[in-house]
Amino acid sequence: MKYLARRAIRAFALLIAVSVLCFLFTEMAPGSFFDEMRLNPQISPETISNLRSRYGLDQPLVERYGHWLLAVAHGDLGYSIAYNAPVAPLLWTRALNTLLLTTTAMVLTWLIGVPLGVWTATWRGKWLDRIVETGNSLLISIPEIVIALGLLAWAVRSRAVPIGGMISLSHDDLSGWGKLRDVLQHLLLPTAILVLAGVSIVVRHVRASVGEVLDAPFVRAGRGLGIGQVRLLFRHVLPVAASPGITLFGFSIASLLSGSLLVEVTTGWPGLGPLLLEATFARDLYLVIGGIIFSAVFLLAGNFIADLLLMASDPRIRTGGVNAE
Amino acid sequence: MRNKRRIRYLLVALAVSHLVVVFAGFIAPCDAKQQDRSLPYAPPTRMHFVGASGFHFRPFVFASLADADGYREDRTREYPVHFFVKGSSYAVFGMIKSDVHLFGVDAPARFMLLGADAFGRDEFSRLLWGGQISLAAGLLATLITLTTAAVIGTVSGFHGGWVDEALMGVSELFLSLPWLYFLLGVRAFLPLHVSPTGTFFLLIGVIGLIGWARPARLVRGVVLSARNRNYVSAARGFGASDLYLLRTHILPATFSVLLTQAAMLVPLYVAAEATLSFFGLGVSEPVPSWGNMLAALQHYSVLVSYDWLLAPAAALVVTSVMYGMLADALDS
Repeated sequence: MKYLARRAIRAFALLIAVSVLCFLFTEMAPGSFFDEMRLNPQISPETISNLRSRYGLDQPLVERYGHWLLAVAHGDLGYSIAYNAPVAPLLWTRALNTLLLTTTAMVLTWLIGVPLGVWTATWRGKWLDRIVETGNSLLISIPEIVIALGLLAWAVRSRAVPIGGMISLSHDDLSGWGKLRDVLQHLLLPTAILVLAGVSIVVRHVRASVGEVLDAPFVRAGRGLGIGQVRLLFRHVLPVAASPGITLFGFSIASLLSGSLLVEVTTGWPGLGPLLLEATFARDLYLVIGGIIFSAVFLLAGNFIADLLLMASDPRIRTGGVNAE
Repeated sequence: MRNKRRIRYLLVALAVSHLVVVFAGFIAPCDAKQQDRSLPYAPPTRMHFVGASGFHFRPFVFASLADADGYREDRTREYPVHFFVKGSSYAVFGMIKSDVHLFGVDAPARFMLLGADAFGRDEFSRLLWGGQISLAAGLLATLITLTTAAVIGTVSGFHGGWVDEALMGVSELFLSLPWLYFLLGVRAFLPLHVSPTGTFFLLIGVIGLIGWARPARLVRGVVLSARNRNYVSAARGFGASDLYLLRTHILPATFSVLLTQAAMLVPLYVAAEATLSFFGLGVSEPVPSWGNMLAALQHYSVLVSYDWLLAPAAALVVTSVMYGMLADALDS
């Protein structure tokens, strides 16, 4: 419990630090949203300075940060200048879309990756394992942007799956089931890209950790005692080999919000990624900060969940024997 | 032993591919910015050996003619491919000036190995010139990351105590940043219109400074274990200074970690540059980089119509696979 409390406090402190960092960067940056307006002769300098004070941009940094922090404590992430709307609801609707995509992809990645990793680990050195391993190392080094463009080119050409956005134009006319099917079809392409980009890492980690445990003396002893292959694997090997996998799973959860930026932008999925990219170009300050904080929260929560899972699975951490940094 | 040989082969292959990019000016037939508005999206020029007068050992090409459905070859005149021809001037390493190119054909024909982009710029030349930017970005950013990581990791592991705690706390902060979003954020707060050189160095600095946390932790671990070795304690007992210990016993122990990390980071950073430039936040036109060359493919119509514009993606794959194999080989 003490260990968890310490982790939670640390995560909170990190979140504060991330937000401070964001504000420092905004202060250091030379441009602002209103720079473009200043070039427009129809907008008077008074209007701009009024706008600046309305959005609190004329106050000193510390004061601005204080206001922002107080607002965040009330669940208000500030006001988007470009959208002329509060940031939090904007982020939420987009974040839900992102989560729909990334959770589907994560579940699939792990459902494919773990069995494949365990399976190749038990076949280590055989030709089948070599084939999977070679393919895997190739896949692991192909940049995500290439995978995305490749699959996209294939999809546009073959017209096998719908591309762009989350729903078809005729979405509103569809029945309940039709709507679900429509979204699922649009989900196919971005999910496929994310799974292809992520599965090789899972396979590699699982294969390495299971393989390591399979070589351990206690497994050989178990085999000598006549424990069956299946029972040995599931009862004795996998629980021991789970720890690194769980840490990686935590990373997966952690990157649920921030890991799909590229895929969202290339396939036009209306998630957090395109929103933030637009906000970047528009220098929509609070939206960018809100987005970063949003994904940082997820990152830290993911790490925290990984800690919880690790504690549940590894008695050494539970008793405080090992510091699981 | 087999591993050692594999590392050697990979290093040679990497050296060759990097040299090709370094000598882009010589190998590329023309300048990266040279446009030919009459040849937008021209397909790769085909090399011929058999012409009207029979078989030639010297390959020749035909000039391209635009017609209703794309381009066709103007078969009336053959343009033989010449080697070591004079063309646009360039400089290797920014110092050695020259105007000799490896190959070329007489005007008005163009020899475009990988076709042309929307402005009729030679994709092959741009691939090589862009490789200079992309690879330099990856290598320099890696250098920044590893230098920072080595310094922080060594100080942290060697000094210990509160310095260690503080530095590792900061590293945890950097590990908990959603880095692509953060990169976007940092870019958002920087002026949008900076000179290409300015953006290039900003990009390298930002990419390089974000990634130091993980390698720094690895270095710290190595330093910690090296510091407590018996021979290090013995040397300390004989009155060796900290600096001496670091130089002779501790820093050499970190080299293998740093090398493996370098082989892992370079392709990662090359891809990071490509991703940012793809979004239009990195190296800006007309300077080519693999990322901003790929940006043209954001339009689905371009993506499916002109296969040769995927060349930078292929270059990215080749680079990443070579570095990835090197990292694997170094690791084992």
